[in-house]
Amino acid sequence: MNAALRAAESTDIGNPTLNIIIFGVFVLITLGIVIRASRKNSTAADFYAGGRSFTGPQNGTAIAGDYLSAASFLGIAGAIAVNGYDGFLYSIGFLVAWLVALLLVAELLRNTGKFTMADVLSFRLKQRPIRMAAAIATLAVCFFYLLAQMAGAGGLVALLLGVEGTGGQYAVVAVVGILMIAYVLIGGMKGTTWVQIIKCVLLIIGAAIMTFWVLAKYGLNLSDVLGGAVDKAASEGSKNPEGILAPGVKYGVSTLTKIDFISLSLALVLGTAGLPHVLMRFYTVPSAKEARRSVMWAIWLIGLFYLFSLVLGYGAAALVGPKEIKGAPGGVNSAAPLLAFHLGGTVLMALISAVAFATILAVVAGLTITAATSFAHDIYASIIKHGEIAPDGEVKVARRTVVVIGVLAIVGGMFAIDQNIAFLVALAFAVAASANLPTIVYSLFWRRFNTSGALWSMYGGLISCMVLIIFSPVVSGKVDAKTGKSLSMIKDTGIDFSWFPLDNPGLVSIPLAFLLGYIGTVVSRREPELDAVSAEMEVRSLTGYGAEKAVVH
Amino acid sequence: MATPPLAPSSNEPLTPQQQLRDSAEFERLRRIFRTFIFPMTVLFLVWYFLYVLLAAFASGFMATKVVGNINVGLLFGLAQFVSTFAITIAYKNWADKKFDPAAAAIRHDLEAGAR
Repeated sequence: MNAALRAAESTDIGNPTLNIIIFGVFVLITLGIVIRASRKNSTAADFYAGGRSFTGPQNGTAIAGDYLSAASFLGIAGAIAVNGYDGFLYSIGFLVAWLVALLLVAELLRNTGKFTMADVLSFRLKQRPIRMAAAIATLAVCFFYLLAQMAGAGGLVALLLGVEGTGGQYAVVAVVGILMIAYVLIGGMKGTTWVQIIKCVLLIIGAAIMTFWVLAKYGLNLSDVLGGAVDKAASEGSKNPEGILAPGVKYGVSTLTKIDFISLSLALVLGTAGLPHVLMRFYTVPSAKEARRSVMWAIWLIGLFYLFSLVLGYGAAALVGPKEIKGAPGGVNSAAPLLAFHLGGTVLMALISAVAFATILAVVAGLTITAATSFAHDIYASIIKHGEIAPDGEVKVARRTVVVIGVLAIVGGMFAIDQNIAFLVALAFAVAASANLPTIVYSLFWRRFNTSGALWSMYGGLISCMVLIIFSPVVSGKVDAKTGKSLSMIKDTGIDFSWFPLDNPGLVSIPLAFLLGYIGTVVSRREPELDAVSAEMEVRSLTGYGAEKAVVH
Repeated sequence: MATPPLAPSSNEPLTPQQQLRDSAEFERLRRIFRTFIFPMTVLFLVWYFLYVLLAAFASGFMATKVVGNINVGLLFGLAQFVSTFAITIAYKNWADKKFDPAAAAIRHDLEAGAR
């Protein structure tokens, strides 16, 4: 289907004018708050870390707002509505992953680092090579994630808004990009955090209202909601309507898809604690204890939200039906907005669409400030300028980087609009789990770990992920057996250079990165000259002695 | 992953942090931390991958109905939420009671020593 046709169909449901008005109100309110929050934004700690002055509950809410991207909000409800239980499996991986962050990473990272992931990784290893590797991994993850958000969500919002044609979609991507640049430039980390907090609150309220509405329609009985979904599937001619209640619809097709699912699960559960934009949020609180409270709040909110998603997904399957969802503009992603329309008409749909828009803005803003900080702090200040730069000079570079990244995201998002980019988020998790997490864990818990181990692990994880993705079916050679159409990024079915059978590289690249970190360390010499900083890091990570303090204004 | 302390570079005196790291007091803090964190991490990872493997290779078992349309798979999935919340609470209680006081004591000694 071409974009114009989809846009024309979208005007059948919802009221684009109302949607745009509600979006506009959201943008005005958040911009006002961002401007208010940004009055004290002078130092690097202010711009990068919001002065480290957020409380645990505030930061936890912002983390949830950062983490529940459009893929989580629209994607999981849609996946449950169409594939049933397999969509639910996805959400569980996203939640359990937070235990890795809570137990192994959050507090130790807050105690040892300053602004970026590279601060922690390079603490007791050779500064420049490690910073470089960590910054490259950070930029790679942010770039994949950003592109996926801009393209997928830009297209979706264009449809919800009834914006017609490719030009209209480009305009929406540009507006998202410009707003994002404005939020981050004006508000820095403080402004970004407030946008994420507001978005998270709106998202949870919206999801809660819809969840109870769905449950109320079925006498507050989850079993009856499931029954409704089965009946609807049966009425639409499904051969196995009960199938949606158990795992297997999507991932149970063959042994290969099952192994692919395990690979995805591994990347999800180990990737979260290696996502640079999540890690950076731990620096916005004054202490390790507040970092702990942040993660606890995030776990409660994210868990609650995924429980809502379960009801919303099956509710959409029962009340809207897979056929209508798949046929709708935006496809699977439209399940939640369509359910809103079925429940509360145009007004509720406009509100939920506004939440979808807010979600995109909040997530892309978080990614942009993370990437800009990593470039300015790790690459420019530490590597190019050898650390000899005034802090406000560094922030100036960060601000310029924000504009550059914003423009890149807009252009990249425009190119990617009609591409199959769903795999980019999975790739971002796989890179985070392979390039970042092994080195984070080793440098926090293994005293013998050294610079070459870290470089082997980070570059090995990053390169193996990229290579396996390029030669996987997501890029070339996957053909839909029924229609004969290509399901890969390269649409020409004649081109097939894939040799790696899985869509997700995690099952190979994550163990490989851990192994490389081990081998790289044991085959190279110990670094006794770095033992003093190693001791400092170990003491600091557990006790918080010498950790960065909050900015006092 | 316990590694014996590295030999300090020949003639430089040990920093206070190096001395502290090799002390019995800090070793105790490390042990408090690791005896909780490591088993808990293994526990939730094993529990999660048990669920993932059952979902992938035992979908018939997961489809067994328990009450109405609620099946084993759904209860197992919800149990993952419960266990995640439970570990979060257990971690908080452990940190408040055991870890924070021990870490704070060492930090205060360090801060007093630095003054």
